[in-house]
Amino acid sequence: MTRVDDETLIRLYRTVLELRQAEITLAELYKEQMMRTPTHFGVGQEAVAAGVCVALQKSDLIYSHHRGHNHYLAKGGSLDGLVAELYGKETGCSRGRGGSVHLTDLSAGVVITTAILSQTIAVAAGTALAFKMDEDSRVVAVFFGDASLEEGGFYEAINYAAVKSLPVVFVCENNLYSTESPVGVRQAPGTSLCERVRSFKVEAHELDGNDVFAVHEAALAAAQRCRMGQGPVFLECMTYRWLEHVGPNYDHELGRAYRTREELESWQERCPVRRAGERLVKDGLAKPEELQLWLDEANAVIQSAVARAKDAPFPNPVDLFDYVY
Amino acid sequence: MRTLSYSRAISEGLVQAMQRDENIFVTGIAVDYPSGIFGSTVEPAEMFPSRVFDAPAMEDGLTGIAIGAAAVGKRPVIVHPRNDFMFQGFDQLINLAAKWSYMYGGQAGRVPIVVRAVIGRGWGQGATHSQSLQSVLAHFPGLIVAMPAMPADAKGLLLTALQQDSPVVLLEHRTLYGHEGEVPERPIPIPFGRAAVWREGSDLTIVATSLMVHEALAAAEELMRHGIDAEVVDPRTIRPLDEETILASIRKTGRLIVADTSWEFCGFASEVAALAVEKAFHALKAPVRRIALADCPAPVSQPLENAFYPKASTIAQAGLNLFGSNSTVGEIDHEDSFKGPY
Ligand SMILES: Cc1ncc(C[n+]2csc(CCOP(=O)(O)OP(=O)(O)O)c2C)c(N)n1
Repeated sequence: MTRVDDETLIRLYRTVLELRQAEITLAELYKEQMMRTPTHFGVGQEAVAAGVCVALQKSDLIYSHHRGHNHYLAKGGSLDGLVAELYGKETGCSRGRGGSVHLTDLSAGVVITTAILSQTIAVAAGTALAFKMDEDSRVVAVFFGDASLEEGGFYEAINYAAVKSLPVVFVCENNLYSTESPVGVRQAPGTSLCERVRSFKVEAHELDGNDVFAVHEAALAAAQRCRMGQGPVFLECMTYRWLEHVGPNYDHELGRAYRTREELESWQERCPVRRAGERLVKDGLAKPEELQLWLDEANAVIQSAVARAKDAPFPNPVDLFDYVY
Repeated sequence: MRTLSYSRAISEGLVQAMQRDENIFVTGIAVDYPSGIFGSTVEPAEMFPSRVFDAPAMEDGLTGIAIGAAAVGKRPVIVHPRNDFMFQGFDQLINLAAKWSYMYGGQAGRVPIVVRAVIGRGWGQGATHSQSLQSVLAHFPGLIVAMPAMPADAKGLLLTALQQDSPVVLLEHRTLYGHEGEVPERPIPIPFGRAAVWREGSDLTIVATSLMVHEALAAAEELMRHGIDAEVVDPRTIRPLDEETILASIRKTGRLIVADTSWEFCGFASEVAALAVEKAFHALKAPVRRIALADCPAPVSQPLENAFYPKASTIAQAGLNLFGSNSTVGEIDHEDSFKGPY
């Protein structure tokens, strides 16, 4: 396995940190009701996005689903583009037409994120098919949640990717819930998603999705395998979303009973950002003051993106029909 | 009569139907959560816990499962928290359920499934989460499509759906769940194919569906201030369509506006316009006007959204134009009370 160099370890930490600061800042601002777009925040799940995207080349492509901010940003999608999109501004990455669930930044290799479950999984396999046909060495990664494995479309796509040995890394963020339905409603006891996927003859690994370094190593190996033409890989990253399914609040603040505060706190103990930071300090790669500095930098960057987005113009209604095709 | 919200009316209808028919069950994403589909399934879930249950995200499979259960005597109700998710079940619903009786020459029984699906609008719901599928669905012979606008209709049409022997789709507008109105306590079914005339008038017919009924009523009040007396006709079911009531109104007024929650191209508004020119041509004193979504996917950004959705003022302005009036309509559109995060 390729050894991850120190610079990359630091980059991984800074990426989870930047994702965290962006999402918590946006979630707080969301309460002002000026971002009029249903928004699924990814707070708590940063390690998956960062671990995978940092393992990819800039020219590799990603797809994602409704909870896509982290993936978009980790791949290098424009922060200004995201924030302005949430505010519905003309400078948004989708010109204010798409909203939180319809992001794109082709220059960073973010093809699209979409709102319908499992929709981009086959699409990612199609992009991988094109790469294979063209003997293009690029790789595709597609992010989705555990609920996508309930949709038939997932199985059609994974079968096809296996048959055709396509260069696609399937990244499942298993956060145990689908909106408010716990896994027990949706899977038979003892189910292993990896085992299911392996029956399609696809390599599958279950990972600690809150450990950015572990996700990164697995993603590097997966991408390498794809590039060598050895077929798709499925990564099941066990993680947890801190906030409500859609919106900026904590479930317990709203009195929702489907998961307990204790459960949330036990996952917060495993905070991907704090864990990565502690490891850097322990390994002598960073001092606590540096962590603080990077935090301040991340905050400054998000704050100025917010300021620009708030100042940016709305689309002009006379342009309503632009981009229909 | 007491008043109930649209959501409570659906809930009451479901409970009453479930008490009478033990074959009814309700499933779909989130049906048994405390929030229960805008409250409409909360009481049914409490009263019949084994007959109201959550489902994985599997719209295609779930529709097939409902059909299979119906084939042997159950009455499944599938709920889609947004009608956009139905697309994944279209093969089962349209290729199979809608055609079941016909394809097998009536020899394979019936598949009386009821699909409740929620239409959205506003607060940046965007291109996938703000669609209104009545025209697509009603295109297919074999499917009944209903769009209740009033609480009493939400209850009454649901009760009828639950007595039908064919598949029924009920499209409910999320903006209407909190809307209050008089609802009979007794379970009185409202027959399909019977339009309601919510306001009588002599100068202009406005045929409107779902939320647009409320916009049309507001528009009619405004038009009255300008001396135009509009009649508001709500077909309630798209298929079967109550042609008689619509035509009688057009013959009386000689003018027609159709206001729908979807696009005009190949849409319901076009269907009613065609009906008018085919069967009431000589009664028409002015061109038919269609009021529908702007011809693009739903945008998220607020100023674009404002331009995208037609409102009471859009209808009223069209009404004034039909009479060659130069006056402008007043501030009749209500504030968008929709709040995030949803
Ligand atoms: C086809 C379809 N059905 C239902 C939904 C509604 N929906 C949106 S997100 C979601 C839960 C998804 O859970 P998961 O895949 O685990 O991702 P998470 O939200 O937990 O990140 C559901 C059911 C949808 N978007 N698309």
